[in-house]
Amino acid sequence: MSAERASADGPAEATVLEFEGVELSFDHKVLDGVNFRMGAGETRVILGAAGSGKSVLLKVAIGLVPVDSGRVALLGEDITGLEEKDLFAVRANVGVLFQEGGLFDSLTVGDNVAYPLENQQARGLAPAEEVLRRVTEALRFVELEHTLEQYPAELSGGMRRRVGIARAVVTEPPLVLYDSPTAGLDPITANLIMALIAKERDTKGAASLIVTHRYQDGQLMADFRYNSEQGELVRASGDPSKEPRTIFMVMRDGQIVFEGDKTALEKSADPYVRKFVRR
Amino acid sequence: MGGAYGSLYDSIGIHEYGGLETARGEISPVNEFLRAWISEWQDFWFLAGRAFANIFRAPHYWDDVALQMEAIGVGSLPIVMLTGFFSGFVITMQMSRALNTYGAVGQVGPIVMITLVRELGPVLTALLVAGRNASGIASELGSMKVSEQIDAMRALGTDPIQKLVTPRLIATCVMLPQLTVVADFLGMVGGFAISYFSLRLTPSQYWTPAYQILELNDFVQGLLKPFIFAMVVALVGCFYGLKTSGGTQGVGRATTQAVVVASVWIFVLTAFITRIFVNL
Repeated sequence: MSAERASADGPAEATVLEFEGVELSFDHKVLDGVNFRMGAGETRVILGAAGSGKSVLLKVAIGLVPVDSGRVALLGEDITGLEEKDLFAVRANVGVLFQEGGLFDSLTVGDNVAYPLENQQARGLAPAEEVLRRVTEALRFVELEHTLEQYPAELSGGMRRRVGIARAVVTEPPLVLYDSPTAGLDPITANLIMALIAKERDTKGAASLIVTHRYQDGQLMADFRYNSEQGELVRASGDPSKEPRTIFMVMRDGQIVFEGDKTALEKSADPYVRKFVRR
Repeated sequence: MGGAYGSLYDSIGIHEYGGLETARGEISPVNEFLRAWISEWQDFWFLAGRAFANIFRAPHYWDDVALQMEAIGVGSLPIVMLTGFFSGFVITMQMSRALNTYGAVGQVGPIVMITLVRELGPVLTALLVAGRNASGIASELGSMKVSEQIDAMRALGTDPIQKLVTPRLIATCVMLPQLTVVADFLGMVGGFAISYFSLRLTPSQYWTPAYQILELNDFVQGLLKPFIFAMVVALVGCFYGLKTSGGTQGVGRATTQAVVVASVWIFVLTAFITRIFVNL
């Protein structure tokens, strides 16, 4: 099955993530010839049914799961076949939000958010005296600075997800991966989480790869921008030259069956793709 | 290649064994079983190898080692003391009855000492620690696995084996021999209690021959066994914890497997070690 591709190729720009013919099988084929290239500052929204390979793709992107064949380049470095210890240095420049937040239960919220900075510190990348300031700043970004001394178990699901975002962005990485950031949340909290993701994209210019099964999440990323002056999301101008690109990818049985912008997605005639579009 | 998603390699970045196909590329049920078994062994030894190698490799998480020593050592102390005391107590009662037949009740001290130092002390303590800590380790690491904390750790640039497995291995290897010494001593005290109050032996009748019977061989196997059992308990607990898949049900399964496998290996290994030492 060849992917339907529409308006995905923009002007030449730095590539933050590239998949080339990536194949992966467990008991069955999980990724089947996945190809895409993601530019700096770009937003990619991956839609697909449960078990279509969305979350595995995210894990493959940072080398958590080794591929059977093909090539994955992360921030310009080919990570295919890299040793785990060599991957740590590449991953230090990528933020990841796991499905349930992935927070360490045994550490306080402050220590959780400080964790990537301390790892960077060990590599001589972040000065020790800056850690607390940056942790507080990251928690303020998700409006949870009062939870510094609390443990993840004391927080609600939405708050844990927000702390997870703070931990993912505290090092100000050029690429942030979000695995089902709104799964299992009520609509109000889900919108709050997506607003924070848009805020991170628009204030820091980070590229965002978002795995979700909610079309509204992608819609929000494509149609809204965070306005720092007003301190809220505003409707995007609609001028592609002024706005960061939002590309949608739809996955089915390990293959990308659609790749393109929101307009192309909404016009798609593929019955599977249409299932994910709410008009 | 690849294997089941959620297997150990997924946790720590290793590859599974892929082989044993027939000439026509089919996999027979026997080969499938062998493949799974060999794959599990390979994963276990890979984990063990990396856990040991990390002892000599930076970074060292000494805070975690101290925390685990507290959890495994201090936490297990009351139950080890209690079990040790009553083991000595019952061995003395059982042995005194048999020895009485030959009019040799005075030899109960050496018999209890040999039984405890060579066999029961190390095995009982290891079984208790396996029940308490191999399960604890497997359930803690299993919960971390299913809630993606292990993935998060790897994504944030930390080797889970370095951070989670090696500290538990060091802590168990340091604490289990010490717990065994405590259990041996309390066992002797338990034996003395029954000898003194029931068998009417004097303290010197009990303690002096008991100490005299001990040889270097007894000390070596009495301390070597818990050291090896500690490796089994820690590594089996970590192995099944990191291999967990299938949500909370998987955590329960991993915990049970860890205790069962660690306990069986303790019995198998004690038989092998005893076989070696008994001929020395």
